[in-house]
Order: sequence, then C-alpha cells, then structure tokens
Amino acid sequence: MSNARKPIYMDYSSTTPTDQRVADKMAQYLTVDTAFGNPASSSHTFGWDADVAVKTARKQVADLINADPREIVWTSGATEANNLAIKGAAHFNTRKGKHIVTSKTEHKAVLDTCRQLEREGFEVTYLDPMDNGLIDLEVLKAALRDDTTVVSIMHVNNEIGVIQDIAAIGEICRERKIIFHVDAAQSTGKCPIDLEVLKVDLMSFCAHKTYGPKGIGALYVRRKPRVRIEAQIHGGGHERGMRSGTLATHQIVGMGECFRIAKEEMATENDRLLMLRNRLYDGFKDMEEVYVNGDLEQRVAANLNISFNFVEGESLMMSLKDIAVSSGSACTSASLEPSYVLRALGRNDELAHSSLRFTLGRFTTVEDVDYAIEQTRSAVEKLRDLSPLWDMYNEGIDLDSVVWAAH
Amino acid sequence: MAYSEKVIDHYENPRNVGAMDKDALEVGTGMVGAPACGDVMKLQIKVGADGIIEDAKFKTYGCGSAIASSSLLTEWVKGKSLDEVQAIKNTDIAEELELPPVKVHCSVLAEDAIKAAVADYRSKQ
Repeated sequence: MSNARKPIYMDYSSTTPTDQRVADKMAQYLTVDTAFGNPASSSHTFGWDADVAVKTARKQVADLINADPREIVWTSGATEANNLAIKGAAHFNTRKGKHIVTSKTEHKAVLDTCRQLEREGFEVTYLDPMDNGLIDLEVLKAALRDDTTVVSIMHVNNEIGVIQDIAAIGEICRERKIIFHVDAAQSTGKCPIDLEVLKVDLMSFCAHKTYGPKGIGALYVRRKPRVRIEAQIHGGGHERGMRSGTLATHQIVGMGECFRIAKEEMATENDRLLMLRNRLYDGFKDMEEVYVNGDLEQRVAANLNISFNFVEGESLMMSLKDIAVSSGSACTSASLEPSYVLRALGRNDELAHSSLRFTLGRFTTVEDVDYAIEQTRSAVEKLRDLSPLWDMYNEGIDLDSVVWAAH
Repeated sequence: MAYSEKVIDHYENPRNVGAMDKDALEVGTGMVGAPACGDVMKLQIKVGADGIIEDAKFKTYGCGSAIASSSLLTEWVKGKSLDEVQAIKNTDIAEELELPPVKVHCSVLAEDAIKAAVADYRSKQ
C-alpha cells in the first residue's frame, strides 16, 4: 500500500467535515470586526446583529424539519438533547407514571440516560429489534402500559443505518397520550422529516453529522399539542427556560447553514450516495460468506455495514490503513465487547467481530469506492489465508458444533 | 490502536503461516480461543526424534496483536526443546511486542496455544 496516498474518509456517520460554506458563515460571528455580540444583549447593535443571526438559523433548522422556529431549543449536541428530552419529559410526568420504553439498539446517549433514570426509580423496557434491526410495532404496543410516559426510538441507527417507522410509532404513542421522543442525529439530510405530519413530540438533532460544526445541536419541543419538559441546565433562562447558557452564535449559525444546505441538496445528494453505496456493495456481493447487517431497503443511502465472516474486524482495519472506517469488533472498543447493536439483531458474536461499517458522504468519489473495494477484497483474502476458521469452513466443519474454550 | 512497530511487522509479514498434518505422530496441535471472543489461534509444532522442535506453523483469527503474538511464538519455539517452550510466559511475548494493556490477553492466548500443542504431541507418544 502506498503511504503517499491521502487517507480516504468513509466514516461519515461518526462525524462529517464542516462544509466550507458553513465554515465561512461561522467566521462572520467570532472576531472583533464581525457580529461577535451576545444575542441576549438587547441594548446595542452587537447584540442585535447576533440575535438576527440566531433567528435566521432557528428558522433554517425549523425549515428542514417543517417545524415552527419557536419549537427549537439549542443544545450542545444530540447527547444533551437526548438527555434533556428523556429526563425532562420523564421528570415532568412522574404523576402519570414512571415507565419508559426504548430499544436495545439506541445510541448510548439514550441508553445511558435511561440507565440513570432507572437509578432514580424509573422503570425502563428495552425492546429487542427484529433481525433486520427494525422495531416490531406489535412488540412495541405490547410493551406500553398505563404508566408509560415516554417512548424513545431513534430515527436512523448510527451503526447499521436502518430507518425506523417513526410515523407509525408516533400514531401508536399519540393514541395513548404517551410522549414520543426521536433521536434524529443520524437522519437530517439523509431522510425527509416533516413534523407537521409526524406525531413526534421531541426530536434531537446535531450539526456535525450534517456537515456542520461539532458542539451544537437542538431539541425540537412540540407546541401543539404542547409538550412540557423540566430543564436540566439552569441559569439565565435562555431558550424559554428549557436550556440556559449564552447562545454560541457562530455554532448556531453553522448549524442553520448546514441544515439549509441539507434541505436544498438532500435529494440529489441521496441519489448520488445510493449509487456509490450500491457500487460498493456490488463490489463485495460475489464474495463467499459476506453478510449485510440490517435491512437493506429501510436504510439510509450512505451506510453499508457488512460482515466478512472468519476475518476479525480490527485486523481488517489494520490492513485498510488509508481508508477510515469503523468496526463492530470487540477489539476496537475499550470494553472488549462486540457491538451491542449487532448482537441485538441476533447476529452471532463472530459476525459482530467481523463487521465493517462504511459510511459515505458528500466528498466520497467513485474512485474512492473502487479503491475501497479493491483494498478490502485483498485484505479479506489475506486474512482468510491466515484464519483457522476459514480452513475449518472449507473443510465443511460446522463451527457451531465445535466446543470452544471461551476465555 | 497505537501498535508497536514489531506488532505491525509481524502483522504485515507473518512468519510461519500454514498447517501441518494434525494426525501425524510427530505433530502437536494446539487450538485455543473462541470465535465468539474474537480470537482463535491454531499453533502446530513438529518435533524431531531428539525432542527438539523442528518446525512450527500457525493460523490465527483475531486482531493484529493476536496475529503478531502467534507469529512471534512460532519463531521462538523452533529449535527449542519441549520443556524450554513450556517455560515461555505470556509476559515475555507481551514485553517483546510492547502490547498495550488491553491486548495482553492475546499473549495469554499464545502461551495457552503452545502449552496445548505440547500436550497434544505428548498425548500421541
């Protein structure tokens, strides 16, 4: 492998580069000759200019999701938005009950928030998804109780890219007057969101997965019917008391601009990404013992999560030195546990260890995809030559019948 | 994962990859680990009439440090007696490869592999 080659980024679900147009906008709200003021300073022009910028951005974010700008609460990111939504709604509604429903494939920002609520005396049901990663609506219905106050289900899964049917889940929750929160960190710019139609009460967003800066996000809080949450961060009463703290004008402007671009370019971008993703998958299809993780239809265009059986993911990534991807292998995580998302699909642990996640984006080219195919294929071939499991498979030994010494 | 140059060298140029006839009397085979845990090592030794290991081969499914640990081990055991290789400690391997703490279990697996190979050989005699 040549060292001269610039590394190829195929980890867009981890984060995206900030679009140049976004960065240029942000730079207009930082230094002394720009509108650096505090948007809450209502007594001078520095504050007014910043306030106008924040209002514009609020509208841009609202426009992408067809909401009212007054329904947007700025946060530091999707993690904070998830915390505010789930804790805020759970705490506000304790008189009705203390039961929360979520799923096992949620992001840690949701799962760990639920764990904290369990420590505080709430009860949480973690739904098992179907093998394709989607929530079975009947299973969800069966989990709901009279004391259920919040359901939190993500829109697009960060590892496998599957899209949950939040329209149907919203109907189920609304009928029962249960608050429905959706973590939409991975879906902006990847699938359309219309909150006039969707019966979603709270929705979390961030900028850095949609070509905006890190460190900024938002929570959508529905006005009609009005959803009330308890603040988690107290102070100057910003954001109608729901989230105090001086607004980070440049970050907010960045989020507004990247959501504006997403709305404009989503359709054409997704066509292109789907073409690239299909090309990537076509490059692996004829290989033996290759499995796509998660539903391939109900899935965002940019994601391919695929397991190369009998090859371990971390060593595979070592061979793909100049391609940035991620793996569900235990060896890539500090906990030495394989991906909990893949395990929740009922995949055996071997397939979780053998998985690679390719996530494509705005700056991915056909050449990048072709290079990734070529490199991955030769790495898999090399590692299978090294793999005792591959030999056993070729000898026709059923690996499940072998008694292994787990360690 | 910041690996040492030695790990990367063994990973990129693994020594003694291959397999020997596991039914041959002079061959001892050790297979340790489990696919569910993310690493499986198969280590084979061929022992001469004088009790000295003439040849060693490995195949490993696992992360870079698991591959490097087994590759290094095959280099070390060649030319040694069974008693000598029994004395190889996982810490020797971890030290030589400068394994980070979360990867020390790979060297443990390698130690287990050589012990299992020796035991298999002895059981055949």
